[in-house]
Amino acid sequence: MGNASGNKIVISSDLGEAQKLQQKVLREVQLAGYCEDACFAIRLALDEALCNAVKHGNQLDPDRNVEVEYSIDEKLVRIAVTDEGEGFKPGQLDDPTHGNNLERPSGRGVMLIKAYMSEVKYNERGNRVEMVKYRDCKLPEGNSSPQG
Amino acid sequence: MGSTFAIEQHLGDYLMPDTESRLRVAEGDGVTRIVFLDKNILEEASIQKIGDEISALIDTSSNPKVLINFENVEHLSSAALGTLITVNNKIRQKGGQLRLTNIDPQIYEVFAITKLNKLFQIHDDAESAVKTFK
Repeated sequence: MGNASGNKIVISSDLGEAQKLQQKVLREVQLAGYCEDACFAIRLALDEALCNAVKHGNQLDPDRNVEVEYSIDEKLVRIAVTDEGEGFKPGQLDDPTHGNNLERPSGRGVMLIKAYMSEVKYNERGNRVEMVKYRDCKLPEGNSSPQG
Repeated sequence: MGSTFAIEQHLGDYLMPDTESRLRVAEGDGVTRIVFLDKNILEEASIQKIGDEISALIDTSSNPKVLINFENVEHLSSAALGTLITVNNKIRQKGGQLRLTNIDPQIYEVFAITKLNKLFQIHDDAESAVKTFK
């Protein structure tokens, strides 16, 4: 079971296509026997990463694509999401839990990805995020303070 | 008799629009009780529609007391949280009150991580929530 060799799928900047892709990846994660908590975490993080790529990275531009690479094996699920936008600096985002930011309707996606995944890494440009979820990862309960 | 039936038929058509609602709504004792029907509140279009439906309900009341029940919800995204914040802001602007209930532990954790459990009044069930409306 699993798909350690990896998959690469390219979608347009369409949230409906992103949803279908998310469902496909989740089905494979479930078939690989990952527990419900892990599936919840991966679904949430992947949804946030795809929405960020489509809406913020690619600005919903139909001429821009989102590339998703993923692999699933006994130990971990690895997912990389790359958009064709200018990128951003994750460390420069406002803390959505701080002060008046709490009442802002947006700005929580990056934080949730960090809270739920075992490892999160952005490339220098900021248009690609790599996320890893270990099979035995207890996040978010066991989470120590995430690194910026 | 035939004309009465025709009127009822017309009202029935009016009350059952083509677009499918994603909410179950009940009004009673001055409280608007809303239950999400979707188990996954992830898709942008659905979230927008939910926000529009709840906003329309708030608009009908001068002092809205709204209870939102999450008993069917298994997944939600940060966009859904954003819509809840917008709804909360709208209710407060009208001097109203909002309560959230029946939130699954996994979903509650999302509220806790984002500290939104401090912004919203969250209760285990509808009955205990209703008692807290002023």
